[in-house]
Amino acid sequence: MVDLSTDLGAGRRLPNPLMTASGCAANGKELHRFFDVADLGAFVTKSVMADPRSGRGTPRMAETPSGMLNSIGLQGPGIDAFVDEDLPWLKSVGARVLPSIAGSSSTEYAHVAATLRASRAFDAVVGVEVNISCPNVANRGLVFACDPLASAKVIALVREQLPRDIPVYAKLSPDVTDITAIAAACVEAGADGLTMINTLLGMVIDTDRMRPQLGGVTGGLSGPGIRPVAVRAVWQVRQAMFEGRMPTVPIIGVGGVRTGHDALELVAAGASAIQVGTAVFNDPSAPVRVLRELCELLEAKGFERFADAVAVAHGR
Amino acid sequence: MSERAVRARVTQEVAEVIATRRVGAYQHITLVAPGVAELARPGQFVALAVGGETSGTLLRRSFSIHKVSPSGTYGGTVEIVVSAVGVGTRWIVEREPHDTIDVVGPLGKAFPLPTEPVACVLVGGGYGSAPLFWLAGELRDRGCHVEMVLGAASEDKLFGVVEARRSCDGVTVTTDDGSAGQRGWVSDPLPEIIDRTGAGVVYGCGPMGMLESITRVAQAHGAVAQVAVEESMACGVGVCMTCVMPVVGSDGKTRMVRSCVEGPVFRGDRVRWDAFDGGHARVPDDAVGAPKVGGH
Repeated sequence: MVDLSTDLGAGRRLPNPLMTASGCAANGKELHRFFDVADLGAFVTKSVMADPRSGRGTPRMAETPSGMLNSIGLQGPGIDAFVDEDLPWLKSVGARVLPSIAGSSSTEYAHVAATLRASRAFDAVVGVEVNISCPNVANRGLVFACDPLASAKVIALVREQLPRDIPVYAKLSPDVTDITAIAAACVEAGADGLTMINTLLGMVIDTDRMRPQLGGVTGGLSGPGIRPVAVRAVWQVRQAMFEGRMPTVPIIGVGGVRTGHDALELVAAGASAIQVGTAVFNDPSAPVRVLRELCELLEAKGFERFADAVAVAHGR
Repeated sequence: MSERAVRARVTQEVAEVIATRRVGAYQHITLVAPGVAELARPGQFVALAVGGETSGTLLRRSFSIHKVSPSGTYGGTVEIVVSAVGVGTRWIVEREPHDTIDVVGPLGKAFPLPTEPVACVLVGGGYGSAPLFWLAGELRDRGCHVEMVLGAASEDKLFGVVEARRSCDGVTVTTDDGSAGQRGWVSDPLPEIIDRTGAGVVYGCGPMGMLESITRVAQAHGAVAQVAVEESMACGVGVCMTCVMPVVGSDGKTRMVRSCVEGPVFRGDRVRWDAFDGGHARVPDDAVGAPKVGGH
């Protein structure tokens, strides 16, 4: 049996590296009908902001080759309802939770983090993912994660609000010139780890109506079609760590993972944990299936520990 | 069926196609899906994966359940009616007997049934009528007088006229072009039927514009409308947030709710029809968490 445990930084270890991806799993109840969410290394919740948010109008979705475009607009209940209802429920079923937080200003991120810390079910939280890269916001491509200074400011403010034993992950966008510069700025500002990648900004035209297909015009591209972009981003940042251009921190790989083989690609490129996102829409039990497949692959390849496979493709 | 599926009232199974036949403009498909068949109620739907495990067409296609037979010759079966309009539905209608399709279901909320034996009118647009025959049977078992109105653009796009005559106390057919029944829309004969039967509930299934007019007519004639919507969905299980629509809750507030888990059946007078326009549904300004000036 392969030792699947993985290190999340800040002294946190998870029993296995598989997670849901933010925005692809709601807040747990829906998928718990198909598998036990406590079997995951961690459950990553939908990005939550300070106040309730309706999200955008419809259509919110367009299918693309091996993927989809979405324009949800961060619909959510707001942090108060999240800590009163969603987080206690996840705790009640024994899930380890990695809440994803978002904000339209750096102070909003800090407020959301502080509310989370003060909440009664906070002991179910194993880390916090800071979504600085959602493309479905008013300023579109100009997300925090496109600017090293803006990213660093958000991460530093969130880091201040949370205890040292709660690792803070910065979720990065691949839609930048040099992702290693953003990654380095986040780590220097106090991020304990990096999640890569968020969706790519895309667009589809409805040729029947000759207008943009999405109500929100542009949207985030996800699914197996973007997996090579995720592998590239994880590889580049891990390479920068090896070369001493930035401190070495754990990376959570996400982007187009559908099978154990896909997960292993991201692991070999440098990811210490894996999130399964859009594949859930195709197969609601995909996260636990991918975990099983990854375990079988590692065993077949003779790995005794998952950790030994992390970044193994570098230098080969 | 696993213990989890029974508790969760939903299951995922690899279903074998045992029969598939052309009915007018549609394909009527029978699947062996005992778990779904055992759990399903009229108004619920199934979400089918397209093209197998490595398919590049990732999103599930959702279909209301036409009929279930929990203990058929082949084990429990589920029947659906498919209109082939795109790559996904074309793949599904091309399946032959003994091919398999990955099915998740039953999903969504069923039609609420009246506690008293009141008269009901069931209105179906095109193949939207698919779940209504099963519903008609359940209503008549409760002693309800049941009439049905089936409408479509033309005769070949009607579904279930013969079955309607078998399962209901009265059937009215309308077509836009007059190729079958009376020329016009389903909303044309509806006032007379509600008044004559003293119907307490009008059930509807079909395109949004039709559901809006059913709701308006029902309200004007003292009946409650229960409508099953057809929003496009990516997952069907409540996690993708794409199938939302503005609906007024019991607290009087409008929210963007998921039609896959809070629907597909809604009380017609709770739906914010004013927000729908040409394939878009906008967020009403008074909705909870609506964008402020400048947008999200």
